[in-house]
Amino acid sequence: MKLLILLVIVVGIIAVAQLAKIYQLSARLRGHREEDISEADTRLQGSLWIVFMFVLFGTTIWQFVRYGDYLPPSASLHGEAVDMLMGYNLALVIFVFFVVNALIFIFSFKYRFDKNRTAHFFPHDTRLEVIWTVIPSIVLAVIIIYGLQTWSEMTGPASDDSLRVELYSKQFDWTARYAGDDDAFGSTNFNLITPLNPLGIVTQDGIDQALLKIEDKIAKLNEELNAEKGHLLAEKVELERSLHPSDDHGHSGHEHSDHDDSHHEMTEGYKNNIESRLTAINDLLNSGTAKVMTDAAYEAKEDKIYRLKRHRQRILELKNYEVGDGFDAWEVGKDDRIVKSEFHLPIGREIEFVFRSRDVLHSAFMPHFRAQMNTVPGLPTRFKIETTITTDSMRTILDNPDFNYILLCNKVCGSAHFNMQMTIVVETQEEYDAWLSEQKVYMAEKN
Amino acid sequence: MGNINHKESFISKYIFTYDHKMISKQFLITAIVMGILGVSLSILFRLQLGWPGESFAILETFLGKWAPGGVLDRNAYLALVTIHGTIMVFFVLTAGLSGTFSNLLIPLQIGARDMASGFLNMLSYWFFVISCVVMIFSLFVEGGAASGGWTIYPPLSALPQAMPGSGTGMTLWLLSMTLFVVSSLLGSLNYIVTIVNLRTKGLSMTRLPLTIWAFFVTAILGVLSFPVLVSAIVLLLMDRMMGTAFYLSDIFIGGEALDATGGSPILYQHLFWFLGHPEVYIVLLPALGISSEVIATNSRKPIFGYKAMVGSIIAIGFLSFIVWAHHMFVTGMNPFLGSVFVFTTLLIAIPSAVKAFNYITTLWRGNIRFTPAMLFSIGLVSTFVTGGLTGIILADSALDVTLHDTYFVVGHFHIVMGLSAIFGLFAGVYHWFSKMFGRMMNTKLGYVHFWFTIVCGYGVFFPMHFVGLAGAPRRYYDSTSFDFLDSVTDLQPIISMFAIVGALAQLVFMFNFFYSIFRGQAATQNPWKSNTLEWTTPVEHIHGNWSGALPEVHRWPYDYSNPAHDEDFVLQTTPLKDGEVGH
Ligand code: HEM
Ligand SMILES: [Cu+2]
Ligand SMILES: [Cu+2]
Repeated sequence: MKLLILLVIVVGIIAVAQLAKIYQLSARLRGHREEDISEADTRLQGSLWIVFMFVLFGTTIWQFVRYGDYLPPSASLHGEAVDMLMGYNLALVIFVFFVVNALIFIFSFKYRFDKNRTAHFFPHDTRLEVIWTVIPSIVLAVIIIYGLQTWSEMTGPASDDSLRVELYSKQFDWTARYAGDDDAFGSTNFNLITPLNPLGIVTQDGIDQALLKIEDKIAKLNEELNAEKGHLLAEKVELERSLHPSDDHGHSGHEHSDHDDSHHEMTEGYKNNIESRLTAINDLLNSGTAKVMTDAAYEAKEDKIYRLKRHRQRILELKNYEVGDGFDAWEVGKDDRIVKSEFHLPIGREIEFVFRSRDVLHSAFMPHFRAQMNTVPGLPTRFKIETTITTDSMRTILDNPDFNYILLCNKVCGSAHFNMQMTIVVETQEEYDAWLSEQKVYMAEKN
Repeated sequence: MGNINHKESFISKYIFTYDHKMISKQFLITAIVMGILGVSLSILFRLQLGWPGESFAILETFLGKWAPGGVLDRNAYLALVTIHGTIMVFFVLTAGLSGTFSNLLIPLQIGARDMASGFLNMLSYWFFVISCVVMIFSLFVEGGAASGGWTIYPPLSALPQAMPGSGTGMTLWLLSMTLFVVSSLLGSLNYIVTIVNLRTKGLSMTRLPLTIWAFFVTAILGVLSFPVLVSAIVLLLMDRMMGTAFYLSDIFIGGEALDATGGSPILYQHLFWFLGHPEVYIVLLPALGISSEVIATNSRKPIFGYKAMVGSIIAIGFLSFIVWAHHMFVTGMNPFLGSVFVFTTLLIAIPSAVKAFNYITTLWRGNIRFTPAMLFSIGLVSTFVTGGLTGIILADSALDVTLHDTYFVVGHFHIVMGLSAIFGLFAGVYHWFSKMFGRMMNTKLGYVHFWFTIVCGYGVFFPMHFVGLAGAPRRYYDSTSFDFLDSVTDLQPIISMFAIVGALAQLVFMFNFFYSIFRGQAATQNPWKSNTLEWTTPVEHIHGNWSGALPEVHRWPYDYSNPAHDEDFVLQTTPLKDGEVGH
């Protein structure tokens, strides 16, 4: 295969080389200069513009026929307006595309070089220039006004009785959250995220859990640091030296023996401490728990402990702060419902999505609802839609029993960006209520 | 300067040269090398996109552990996309266009012996080279090159634990771009000073060729916007290395809640796009300037509406600073702010339309010589119109909600920025090759190159609009797991095949270019019968450009087929006839 490719390249280059030689030789033979374009060439290039025009326009039309369906009909109310707007804009743009490109290609053909003609000296014409400043301005004014109308309608504030659904992104999946019976979301804090509390919902238990988790981690890291072989061995040598100062005699004079004297005065209790520590070290060394760590790894772990302690500090602050706010704040999040891989929406309701992100930017893209909004860590974003077609009806419309609405990630977020999806089901209010009541309640999950 | 006959060593002539003509060639050849790299990367990932999951031996050959078993790795895919975008936008289209043609044409077309500062000019080139080297080197480091997309949005780009490409590769990306900005600033300041101060006698601003106007406004855009990119980069570096939190807040990643609170990832986007949008015009304006010159010369007609052309260049330049947030309609930005940016963005369409219609009127009743440069310029007008039109759709925030970050955007900016600017680059090379190398390029090969390029260009990027309309997100390693995209999956291999053929067609150019440097037909002084000053210099390069006194200018550059004259072109140095009304 490699050889084949190489061969193709070599053959290609040789072919090009031959071509060029022939061209250059023939040009020289006839005393032809490169800048003199022959009549035959002019005719050929002129005609090629016309051929190109037909090919370009033909394939454009073909593509519109074959692929112009764009997306299935909009499944949201504002999407219908967007599709209308898209229709008008596309029509206008395509019209201008054909007309202007046709002018370019036809003029190129029609006014190709002819030595019997001179070009028309036409440096400017104020009237013409005003025309093609004013006409685009008017057309654009219409586009702007129409576009901004649609925009302000779709981005207006959501009504009070809309259903709020939170979509939460992380590398590389989505989680949806619905309010419980109290109809309110519990507040969240990224410091409280644990495997059992993936959204970081703030509750008393959540805080305790997160603190426990951190204490665990710190303890575990400390254990690892304490069992570092190099440090243990160094400490051992140090301790043994202090117990048996005479062992390292010989290489120094009086000063050293003075030093030794002080050790002889060591209290019994102190000595016992050192000995028990030595036993512990020996146990560690013999048991095989002791591991060698590079300096960098050791420091990284120390650093990690430092960061975990700061994390703990932040949670403690949160705890104090929230308590001041009254007891209710702890209860709101308990009945929130957390949903993975598929979420449901009732038909005919206004839905306000609230987006949050755990790590990097993602984008919640729901093409069938003509909806998209980035999810930004630290900055909740919103988008509202009103559902108009249930999944079942859409399946009938498209004659595709497997059809599903879908949520995708549309902001590059890492290696599995292309596969960060969630299925959306639109159904009647009753079906939706039944579905929701079966979903996991956050605090219930713990038990 | 001025010292015309002194002997030069190889190093001072070809390497650390102060001569603008040589520096221009250095920029061009470096950009071509980077272009080969950038295009090759795109072919590698187009293989995966066209035939997802299929094994290609060639991938393993070139990428080794990044394509185990010949299937591109997911992280490697993102790295390739990122570096492809970065290289094409900055290293090929920014440095390649401005670096090459501003350097070549500014002194030659304004009648100056060299740039205001030859030394800064040399520095500008060498900073560019170093930044290229750092960027290429970043492909080989542990974890791979930067992978967050050419816009490198934090937190993804700020957190090494978020993806492998956000480690050393990202640091090098930031370093490389900082060096690039230094290069760009040194160059731009030089261009501005030169144009303002060193115009020859009689060459008022209203007599400048449109090329120079375009380079001038481009340089001003660069000076005003690139420093903002540097500040964005510095803040990002501090977030990465010093524990600041400009862009970070409330993040839990890798099992750990980070310290950072109070920062905003959106702030980065504002800073980035404050450069990012002017940047697309930094790429595009020089191409438009080149095509203005080429189209007027080869239609044998004055460019239609010179004043309107200058006015629209300035208007586009100004407006490009107040449209940046059209890239941010779905970031959660206040919808009213979004409305303001819809308005300003659509305003840009007006001067753009004026330019397009003026080009077309220049063709009208012309006497068009189909040189390869002319073909590329006509192609540019077509892609500029086509791509600008889809921009109108994206600028409508209500529509952008569904189209943002889909293939529709990819199609849009590749046609309007990618194709147009590349066409401008090729037009410039074919047109001024004889000024650079004293020889001509082969015309017939130029034809072959052009038709393959435009057909493949449209073939690659036009269908992407339909892929995007169907809802396919960009930067997806594989979108076959989504049933709703089935209707457009058959376009993907077609796009990839056009891409491969289009890339191979560039070999024709490559051959023509390098072969003609050594074996092309010897050029005459003014092969295109053009009016501007560069064609009054001798074919051989001399230090100082004109052997005698500097030329004096008596008229504007567009007196083609002026009925008051017998010849169909009138050099700018030709004095006005008795009774002739000058421009
Ligand atoms: C004429 C030269 C133009 C160039 C070089 C250009 C370039 C670009 C680029 C590079 C992007 C990519 C954004 C991304 O990476 O997400 C983009 C997007 C965009 N362009 Fe243009 N553009 C041009 C003209 C226009 C025009 C005339 C309009 C509108 C009238 C426009 C409106 C937009 C909008 C709104 C986006 C954002 C799309 C999105 O993020 O979803 N552009 N353009
Ligand atoms: Cu994501
Ligand atoms: Cu922009």
